[in-house]
Amino acid sequence: MSSNPAPSGAPLRLEAVRKVYRSGDSEIVAVDHATLTVADGEIVALLGPSGSGKTTLLSIAGGLLTSTEGRVVVGGQDITDRSPRELTEFRRTTVGFVFQSVNLVPFLTAEENLLVVAELSGRSGMSRRDARQRAKELLDELGLGHRAGNLPSQLSGGERQRVAIGRALFNRPALVLFDEPTSALDTKIGEQVMELIQNEMRSRGTAAVIVTHDTRMTHYADRTVRIVDGVLSDDPVAAGHP
Amino acid sequence: MSLAVTELRRRPGRFAVATVVLTFLSLLLLLLGGLLDGLFLGSTGAIRAQRADVIVYSDTARDSFLRSRLTTEVRRQVEQVDGVEAVGGLGFSLLGATVPGETDLADVAVAGYELPPSGVPDPPSAGHAWADERLREAGVSIGDTLAVGPAGTPITIDGWVEDTNYLQQGALWVTLDTWREVQNANRPDAFVAPDVVQVFVVRGAGGDGLAAAIDAATGSTSTLTRDDAVFALPGVSEQQSTFNAIIFSTLAVVLAVVALFFSLLTLERTGLYGVLKAIGASTRRLFAGVVIQAVTVAVIAFVIGGVLAFVGDALLPGDIPLQLTPGRYVFTFVALVVAAVLGSAISLRRVTRIDPASAIGSAA
Repeated sequence: MSSNPAPSGAPLRLEAVRKVYRSGDSEIVAVDHATLTVADGEIVALLGPSGSGKTTLLSIAGGLLTSTEGRVVVGGQDITDRSPRELTEFRRTTVGFVFQSVNLVPFLTAEENLLVVAELSGRSGMSRRDARQRAKELLDELGLGHRAGNLPSQLSGGERQRVAIGRALFNRPALVLFDEPTSALDTKIGEQVMELIQNEMRSRGTAAVIVTHDTRMTHYADRTVRIVDGVLSDDPVAAGHP
Repeated sequence: MSLAVTELRRRPGRFAVATVVLTFLSLLLLLLGGLLDGLFLGSTGAIRAQRADVIVYSDTARDSFLRSRLTTEVRRQVEQVDGVEAVGGLGFSLLGATVPGETDLADVAVAGYELPPSGVPDPPSAGHAWADERLREAGVSIGDTLAVGPAGTPITIDGWVEDTNYLQQGALWVTLDTWREVQNANRPDAFVAPDVVQVFVVRGAGGDGLAAAIDAATGSTSTLTRDDAVFALPGVSEQQSTFNAIIFSTLAVVLAVVALFFSLLTLERTGLYGVLKAIGASTRRLFAGVVIQAVTVAVIAFVIGGVLAFVGDALLPGDIPLQLTPGRYVFTFVALVVAAVLGSAISLRRVTRIDPASAIGSAA
């Protein structure tokens, strides 16, 4: 288990979270009493082999799955017992996701891929003008201002990943969850993307959890947490790296 | 919504197959409906035009104009029924007519009448007729004298009337005496005695109640409302049921095409929908996008199919009874949109079952 002092408004607080899948009479424990707190602006690498439960834990933290036991608090909101509809609203407003295979909408330009977030928010979101301004700012900050009108197919792997990061940051989330953000990239581009993630998260003071199985990438995180067979533990080797 | 519309705009090729198939189906629906309407209107105009509440047949006629015979005695009985306001005789003879300057015979329905139907003036003088405009196609002009039937009974055309045909034959509206003259000269096997008519058209109050009262008073008649009389014409009900069966079968095919196409499209989008759900898209929003796309494709197909049907109608020979009415366009449009909505609804279950958690841990 891994714990830090737990301010009530911490971007992420998992308390004794357990996720059990039932298959007939047998039970598969994917996450076993995991406790983790991520502080403001902190970047945590979640390191583990395939099948260790890191994806399940990330899904629970992002409101994509509900835990069997324990408590999940994100950005001060307790989402433990929320309904699927409430979790949809939560994901739209409170967390950002960057997925393994980027997964931009292929027929939308880079700018429009960011504006999707505003569209999903509908009337409750920002005005169209503010949304366009926000998208433009983000793309400029990510060095993609000149690529705003390009479709994903016209962008490089690294550029697509940057657009995905922009989409995750669009609603100024309390927490951004990265799922193997470098797995589809070569080492050099992967390091550039990790550096970008580090810079963007730090400059905004946004907390992030980065799931990876690549130990070469963990030094971009403030802290590394290992997960094996659903059990979390601090990584004594990676801990303390800047 | 914007996502769905943007995809339609930027990737029209993805929807081309469905649009082409639905265009052909909408064209087929319009042509089938147009033929049905053409057959219906061409067969029933003379009866639909009657400004009558009920039509009285002899009870042995089995609701057939040509078999029915009614005498003045029955007329007096009908006139005495409460609620009856006006009674007029009516009779039809289906014959061929020679048109001056034309080699082909024109199919005519000589209609003897007393009470003017809608759009038809008072009866003309003996030996003259108001002709339905359909007879223009057979080369008939105002002032022509047609030689009607094998006996060549002369009838001179005084003017035109619209939508009054009877069993696909152009109507010639004449006095009852002229009709009897034509009938007896050309159909001696179906002789009509003086003062005898085939049916009475009756204006009055009461509808079905009036019909029952008339039959009760005469004891020798079978009375139908005007609408029932329309559908009692030979072949009309059969045409309606046959064409409607084909039209609704075609609509079922439309529904199946939309369902299959958008199911496949949804299957293909499973990964994308998973990601969109993960970042906060609701099932309702994603499904609305599918419906909007299906309806848009259906509307585009209807517009193209409608233009093709319109052009086809102009190019087809006049003897094909295709009649595209605004009502048929409206029906086809509404039916296509409903089929598109229902067809796309098949995708709802698939969209609902997409788990947003599938976006995580997937490289697909």
